[in-house]
Amino acid sequence: MPGPVERALRERRDTGGKALVVYVTGGLGDDWTDTVRAVADAGADVIEIGVPFSDPVMDGPTIQAANDRALGSGATPSSILNQVRDLDAGAPLAVMTYYNIAFRAGLERFAASLAAAGVSGCILPDLPLEETGPWVGAADDAGIETILLAAPTGSDERLARVCARSRGFVYGVGLLGVTGVRSELAASASVIAARLKKLTDLPVLVGVGVGTPEQAVQAAAAGDGVVVGSAVVQRMLDGAGPTGVGELVSRFRAALDGV
Amino acid sequence: MRLSDPTPEGRFGEFGGRYVPETLVPACEGLETAFRAAWADPGFRSRLDGLLADYAGRPSPMTECENLSAELGCRLLLKREDLNHTGSHKINNVLGQALLAQRMGKTRLVAETGAGQHGVATATAAALLDMECCVYMGEVDIRRQELNVFRMQLLGAEVKTAMSGSRTLKDAINEAMRDWVATVEESHYCLGSVMGPHPYPWMVRTFHEVLGHEAREQSEAILGTTPDVVTACVGGGSNAIGIFSGFVDADTELVGVEPAGGAAVGRGVPGVVHGSQSYLMQDEFGQVLEAESISAGLDYPGVGPEHSHLAAIGRARYENVTDAEVVEAFQLLSRTEGIIPALEPAHALAWVSRDRASLAGRSVVLNLSGRGDKDVAQMMDILGGKRA
Repeated sequence: MPGPVERALRERRDTGGKALVVYVTGGLGDDWTDTVRAVADAGADVIEIGVPFSDPVMDGPTIQAANDRALGSGATPSSILNQVRDLDAGAPLAVMTYYNIAFRAGLERFAASLAAAGVSGCILPDLPLEETGPWVGAADDAGIETILLAAPTGSDERLARVCARSRGFVYGVGLLGVTGVRSELAASASVIAARLKKLTDLPVLVGVGVGTPEQAVQAAAAGDGVVVGSAVVQRMLDGAGPTGVGELVSRFRAALDGV
Repeated sequence: MRLSDPTPEGRFGEFGGRYVPETLVPACEGLETAFRAAWADPGFRSRLDGLLADYAGRPSPMTECENLSAELGCRLLLKREDLNHTGSHKINNVLGQALLAQRMGKTRLVAETGAGQHGVATATAAALLDMECCVYMGEVDIRRQELNVFRMQLLGAEVKTAMSGSRTLKDAINEAMRDWVATVEESHYCLGSVMGPHPYPWMVRTFHEVLGHEAREQSEAILGTTPDVVTACVGGGSNAIGIFSGFVDADTELVGVEPAGGAAVGRGVPGVVHGSQSYLMQDEFGQVLEAESISAGLDYPGVGPEHSHLAAIGRARYENVTDAEVVEAFQLLSRTEGIIPALEPAHALAWVSRDRASLAGRSVVLNLSGRGDKDVAQMMDILGGKRA
């Protein structure tokens, strides 16, 4: 039985659309929960809530800066999940954080805390396939969809195993590198999407290096949609507030809808 | 008998593993395969042994400290890794990894450095083997180790400043890993300690076992038996695992010495950062704490997973010493033996000095993992030109 994340993305695909998943750093500013609602209202199909970690090795300067600011203002995994519980975003939510946050809390306890907060999915970018066992056991039991990353460096055989274990969607890493906006979309974004589409019926989304509505359209062409993170978080850092961030997300939505 | 190899998953007991972004998993697997093949290849081994002997100056001597032994009341022997080319034990690992990278067809070495010793060693190997080299160093460390920054630049390396977090070794590792994620096709990450994702903890240990084997033979020749105690400083723990490897089967007490402000084994709890599960200084939510140590090389909140395992099974124990005790030990060795140690091994000596009562009459082999030239300017600031 697919979970809420997978259902939302399949519904978008089944109606001929391209999916938009948007990342928002949890605890960044006093109005971040309003930003999450604005992002949902602007047409995001799923929203990733970043739970800041002190050593985010998969993230570039923008999300690092957002992490530091959120942590500096006292955000913790508990405080963020407490706010998420009362959020009522109107779109399925997935938490993105690093493995030590879950490990330190205790895997069962962390999975249960996500479920209790109304979170549907979880992404742990430093937890590769071989190390997922204990976590996915806990996540499956709690009904949490564990979304795995699939990288351009993986063989088809490896990508197939990643797809088989992923829930919700498969997160295709669009380039060799960490999160962040680039001036041009990497050619590898379309390549990884096409490779993954041949291997799975799960929704295939491409993220990392998708920074503009034009790049989103290009990146979504070969797959089922995109994940946009740093471009949105940069808006939050710039103080655009819920309205400004919602406006940016609307432009991504409109571009993907071809209007 | 030797230290045991990790499981196929890279575990030493419950510790270790391979917690890296998916992008890097094939690179780690490829590295493991290449390392196994190279280590079994007599051609690779003889090339490495040749460089260790004729370029790095191995074997390093063992010095019996008669003056200091008399003062401390124990029999103190120093394994002189400070006399290696580039001034520390780091060259053992770097020559091995650089040769391996070349064999794998990589053209660029990426490294992190704390005190600069590993960065200098990597830049040296890159110069020797005509490879590109990029070293990440925290802004705080660049300030306190500017001599080593210039050394790396002289050797042709690019030194990049890590500005995030505590701006020390931990953050330099983050930046090096981010670089590697982006450049994995042409770059080899030349990790400087027995930490990180499998196969690094095991591979780096293997490259340092040479110093442990030498120390075993040398100490037995001097003492006529195995030493009572072997001690070394522990940040990530490469010099310590190197010397422990020579004595793990002997009736010898193994003592790692951590800085009080970075005592991962002493004060940490299990966690996962930088690719492996190990003891880690962290808060209740899993945020990694910033270490605070006088020594840039030990200014790290984690520790190599095999040390966590040795501590958990009780084969080694881990003490910690304060910055003030280290400053005393730094001067003590300089004054009594005419050997200026690096601040890192001065930690091990600080423990020997503090615990001299319990060590009375016993033989102690201390791994003098590096020389103190790099620390002289910092010590001038600390001591204000006065000598104790």
